[in-house]
Amino acid sequence: MEESSRRTFLKLAGFSALGLGAKPVLDAFASSGGVQSKPMVMKGEKALQAKRWALVIDTRKFKSEKDLEPMIEVCHKIHNVPKLENKRHEIKWLWTEEFKHIFSSQTHDFLDERVKDLPFLTLCNHCEKPACVRACPTKATFKRADGIVLMDFHRCIGCRFCMAACPYGSRSFNFRDPRPFIKETNLKFPTRMKGVVEKCNFCAERLAVGKIPACVEVSKGALAFGDLGDSKSKVRELLSSNFTIRRKPALGAGPSVFYIV
Amino acid sequence: MPKKKMYDRGKVFAGLAVFVVLLIFPFLLNLGKAAPAPELKLSDKAKAAKECVESKAYMTANHMQLLNEWRETVVRNAQRVYVNSSGKKFEMSLSNTCLDCHTEKAEFCDKCHNYAAVTPYCWDCHVDPKETM
Ligand code: HEC
Ligand code: HEC
Ligand code: HEC
Repeated sequence: MEESSRRTFLKLAGFSALGLGAKPVLDAFASSGGVQSKPMVMKGEKALQAKRWALVIDTRKFKSEKDLEPMIEVCHKIHNVPKLENKRHEIKWLWTEEFKHIFSSQTHDFLDERVKDLPFLTLCNHCEKPACVRACPTKATFKRADGIVLMDFHRCIGCRFCMAACPYGSRSFNFRDPRPFIKETNLKFPTRMKGVVEKCNFCAERLAVGKIPACVEVSKGALAFGDLGDSKSKVRELLSSNFTIRRKPALGAGPSVFYIV
Repeated sequence: MPKKKMYDRGKVFAGLAVFVVLLIFPFLLNLGKAAPAPELKLSDKAKAAKECVESKAYMTANHMQLLNEWRETVVRNAQRVYVNSSGKKFEMSLSNTCLDCHTEKAEFCDKCHNYAAVTPYCWDCHVDPKETM
């Protein structure tokens, strides 16, 4: 008698458990027939797209720092990049360097006068094989399908592995709250906060609404932006008709920023 | 069984009583005074729009998840347009969409968050157009 009642109990319990398991399935069936259609997400109609975005900088069109200022200014302004005087706290997305610094393996003592003193526009190279992406422990920095290496600030924990990994010094760390150092805030774009790393985003927010990067827009034709994957693009045309160099080619990172010297 | 004597009976019970009162003191203090949910003030723009991105019930319960999906989709998938359940399109942006309609962040988002004791850290970076101007 005792034996059989335990048996019936176990059977009952088993069936009950089955019932519990089936409930979510039934719920799913019940809700799929609802009137509300599912929300969707998509790209904007005007969004610019590419296989691999690239920038070609025609340095022959520049004479002095003055020619580069408008590009740097517009970039830093629309992206709320703070201006910190202390060099160790400086934040930069787009800035200038001398040839001997950015092309250290390609310089020599007898450079021609023009190149020797010319300021070179410097920014994130949006590498084909970005070392920063491999170093980031949270995937906060990642490479998009269109080749842009982006920061997802929501995931950045400020470890700075990416800064150590980047061979081009393209990344800046917010040692301080940047807000007091932004003269005029662009209300349409977020600032950053103390403790995150930042860099050029190839104007991802502008590409999404059909605009080319701001620096290219104000460059009076000295910068060209386009798709490396499209043989008829402006950048491919420039690359095939001019000799161009990239920074630290021996590292194999594959920069997407090209310089006509 | 022989009856055992309890020593200091009076002191023990008095002590216990004090202990119990102390224990439930916070509850006594708040008795009948549950903080009422705050009155949220819809901005004129939101009033004119009548409807949120999704139904009110959905927004009240799920706006944090929605925002989480928005930022993931925008930043990581390069998709910036949201089409809601009734086919209406929105740019997925915290400052440029939510706050464009809910222009009174302090009277709306903050008021409810203060009541619920949540402090989203989003505003360390995302701009409240009102505060900055
Ligand atoms: C087009 C204007 C508009 C936009 C854009 C908008 N809202 Fe709303 N929101 C409203 C209106 C109107 C209501 C009140 C709806 C009602 O009462 O039925 C509301 C209600 C809400 C509520 C519920 C409030 C309550 O009393 O429980 C929350 C939460 C909310 N919105 C958050 C957001 C967030 C987050 C965003 C951005 C993702 C957003 N809203 C974007 C107009 C808007
Ligand atoms: C009706 C009350 C209410 C209103 C109105 C409201 N929220 Fe919230 N919100 C909450 C609650 C409650 C939570 C916490 C939910 C949780 O912890 O699960 C929350 C959480 C959040 C979070 C996630 C915070 C975190 O740290 O994870 C964000 C972001 C957020 N709200 C944004 C907004 C914005 C923007 C608005 C105004 C447009 C708004 N909320 C209006 C009640 C509200
Ligand atoms: C460290 C700075 C930072 C913090 C903190 C932060 N964000 Fe962002 N967020 C950004 C940046 C930068 C972008 C990229 C903007 C772009 O590309 O247009 C962005 C994009 C977004 C977007 C899509 C674009 C837009 O304009 O809103 C959403 C939605 C978003 N974040 C939500 C949130 C929410 C919700 C929180 C808080 C729980 C938060 N973010 C906290 C910096 C931040």
